[in-house]
Amino acid sequence: MKLTYPFSAIVGQDEMKLAILIAAVDPSVGGVLVFGDRGTGKSTAVRALAALLPKMKAVVGCPYNRDPALEPADAPKPKTHQVPVPVVDLPLGATEDRVVGALDLERALSQGVKAFEPGLLARANRGFLYIDEVNLLEDHLVDLLIDVAASGENVVEREGLSVRHPARFVLVGSGNPEEGELRPQLLDRFGLSVEVKTPTDIPVRIEIVRRRDAFERDPEGFTEKWKAEDDKIRRRILAARKRLEDVQVPDAALERAAQLCMKLGTDGLRGELTLMRAARALAAIDGDKAVGDSQLKRIAAPALRHRLRRNVLDDAGSTVRVDRAVQELFA
Amino acid sequence: MSSKAWEDATLAAAVFAVDPAGIGGVHLRSPAGPVRDRWLAALSRALPAPPRRMPVGIADDRLLGGLDLAGTLQAGRPVAQRGLLADADGGVVLAVMAERLPPGTAAKMAAVMDRQEVVVERDGVALSHPTRFGVVAFDEGGPDDDPVPIALTDRLGLKLDFTQIPPREAPEIDFGDVSDARALLPRVRCGDEALQALVQAAVALGIASLRAPLHALRVACAHAALNGRETVEAEDAAAAARLVFAPRATQLPAPPEQEAPPEEPPPPPPDQQDPNQDPPPPDDEQQAEELKGPMEDQVLDAVLASLPPALLAQMQADYASRERARSSGKSGALHKGGHRGRPSGIRRGEPKAGQRLNLIATLRAAAPWQRVRGAIKPRVQVRPDDFHVTHYRQRRETTTIFVVDASGSSALNRMAEAKGAVELLLADCYVRRDKVAVIAFRGKAAELLLPPTRSLVRAKRSLAGLPGGGGTPLAAAVDAAGALAESIRRRGDTPLVVFLTDGRANVALDGTGGRPKAEADALDAAKRMLASGAATMLIDTSPQPAAQARKIAGAMQATYMPLPYAGAQTLSQVVRARAGG
Repeated sequence: MKLTYPFSAIVGQDEMKLAILIAAVDPSVGGVLVFGDRGTGKSTAVRALAALLPKMKAVVGCPYNRDPALEPADAPKPKTHQVPVPVVDLPLGATEDRVVGALDLERALSQGVKAFEPGLLARANRGFLYIDEVNLLEDHLVDLLIDVAASGENVVEREGLSVRHPARFVLVGSGNPEEGELRPQLLDRFGLSVEVKTPTDIPVRIEIVRRRDAFERDPEGFTEKWKAEDDKIRRRILAARKRLEDVQVPDAALERAAQLCMKLGTDGLRGELTLMRAARALAAIDGDKAVGDSQLKRIAAPALRHRLRRNVLDDAGSTVRVDRAVQELFA
Repeated sequence: MSSKAWEDATLAAAVFAVDPAGIGGVHLRSPAGPVRDRWLAALSRALPAPPRRMPVGIADDRLLGGLDLAGTLQAGRPVAQRGLLADADGGVVLAVMAERLPPGTAAKMAAVMDRQEVVVERDGVALSHPTRFGVVAFDEGGPDDDPVPIALTDRLGLKLDFTQIPPREAPEIDFGDVSDARALLPRVRCGDEALQALVQAAVALGIASLRAPLHALRVACAHAALNGRETVEAEDAAAAARLVFAPRATQLPAPPEQEAPPEEPPPPPPDQQDPNQDPPPPDDEQQAEELKGPMEDQVLDAVLASLPPALLAQMQADYASRERARSSGKSGALHKGGHRGRPSGIRRGEPKAGQRLNLIATLRAAAPWQRVRGAIKPRVQVRPDDFHVTHYRQRRETTTIFVVDASGSSALNRMAEAKGAVELLLADCYVRRDKVAVIAFRGKAAELLLPPTRSLVRAKRSLAGLPGGGGTPLAAAVDAAGALAESIRRRGDTPLVVFLTDGRANVALDGTGGRPKAEADALDAAKRMLASGAATMLIDTSPQPAAQARKIAGAMQATYMPLPYAGAQTLSQVVRARAGG
């Protein structure tokens, strides 16, 4: 396993880090899309997430990491163990058989047995599925992902196999918009969307280059040095998860969220729902007992900017439109 | 001048040979010829192993690795094979004709370079191999060609241009053995001053990507190692800046008195700052003081010395046009040919002309029956029943060129509708993956407002700024559209030209006014358009359908449509139907 750059050592890019933390605290927020300039640490941040996640309980020997808590009550208690939360990389150039799973060639050829070999979607169950350069993903894989992400289940009907298995994962994508747009159906699958830009501040840039250089020279030493900080973030995630249940969402906050979405004309209720959940997760991270304006304000842009109807002739970007609406509403 | 360029090229090769993976690579713009050959020969001599050539159309299983079919059939069990990128570990990959490199391939290479690991999930094979390599990208592209995908070039620290170096000014080079420098490299340290100078210089020269200063840092270290030093000195930093920054510069540094504080206040330092970290970033004032230090001056001077102002201006224009060209996006450009395109499924059946046997699917189909068929290990028995072929959807991309009349007579009441139609089509492009281009004409000339693109952002910007008024240089517009259509076709795509005009030409090709000459020119241009064979359509924007527009449309055998019947919505439907969607 190659060492990944520590999450805590990423300089700046606060919105991106916050969105990733929120997804780690409450996966039901529905995934994160990180879009923006080259060389801004998009994939670094996502890959670093794996090191932050506390372990989870899973059924021993289950290729889908089944949650023992969800086993039927009358079934015999399965053996469980602690496993790392999967953060599965879907590399560019992956073929369909490896993504959805296929006939196990090894066993078929050597033993003549027709067995299912689970794919990446199976491995990602209960975890995260990361797609770098998500906008370059081939169309037929995109179709497939949209379907599975919506249903939480992977249905395989191929090569005489008929298999279905749970595939609930948080979709995390990154990419550069200049290399192609994302299909709207896929865009809609992401709960939060973050825009990253190259920092313009010179001391910040120097610090980024300095740390990156230090990491590349001595990955072990660098990781060790930042371990305490990463541990701190992991504890924050754990604490926030514990608090999440108890965070109140007052009617006033719900109303604010609804007003904001109406003002921006977002389609459907997904925007409001995401906004609400993200604000709640943020309150849990902050240690607040209830969702208030401050959380709504901070999370409005990532939760809503990709849900605005695109208007070709409107010069203002989505972020500007959200900010404007927030300012008017919370004035 | 050119011998100076050759000196730099020599230095770049030496530096790159010291640390290929760290520096990432060399983007080499040059026609094939003795200059390039000499350079590559010198580089190859300095490398521990000869560079591995990567053909432009390399398939994913050869690039990244996958199932070894021959081995699998022979062994009777799946055998994985490594790809070229895994094999290149510790060496150099030579990407030939990089300007033709598909964006997908470039993105896969970039991902491997970033991770320093090949991760393969293909054809029943899951494997990963650590690998570190440098890339030399041969770019023979002319001004009309697509640029090398920036996903790749952004990761190549060095850029050289041999197009201006005549062979006689490029003597044979031999910088001998660089293995001493390679051995010294891990001990080379770069002080903070040099680091700051490099970052500062990159900003002053308008270089946005943060990979550039990192590359410069690597080059500086390699340069120091070549000179037997364990510490990066001003000379090393200056050489690095010259090699890495000069080809990327987009602006001249502002004179010192204009060096205002950064536009945006620095974000608050990360609250998880580790107290026992390296010295924390000093505060702004102190920073500014340090950055004015002598090292900073030397580094910038080095870049400027290698950049005569005229050259910079030219380079800037070159950069801008390449940026534009790049944004026009060739992502997803489909190749034609019997066995290419987007795979649209695998079906049972024997391979006929133009179809390719899908060996993996065939093998999968055969596998479960091996025992029944009494196969003798390690042979696999395959029967015709097992044959599967891959079906590809072969669709050329369509680029719709809108030629919008922005002249006084036509524009003002109709432009909104033209914009509306372009907008609707752009929304369509998401799904259809088509491109749109816009040419506007008014006054004396036609202007390419929007090169072929799918980017909403760009379309938005260019349309918003479309002014109206002036004469109607229809002939120039028709010719411009014809030229663009031709270049689109050369790329293997299908152009569709949609004119929105009232046809009242009143500016001739040579820019002079006068209706009769202008109309005659427009008719001639329309005939040339017909000869080009592009599908065309003319939407008459005059209040009443006019004879002129109909005549022009007739001359180029365009579908003619008067606008009164066509709102923006109808327009987009008609264009869509025409595009065969």
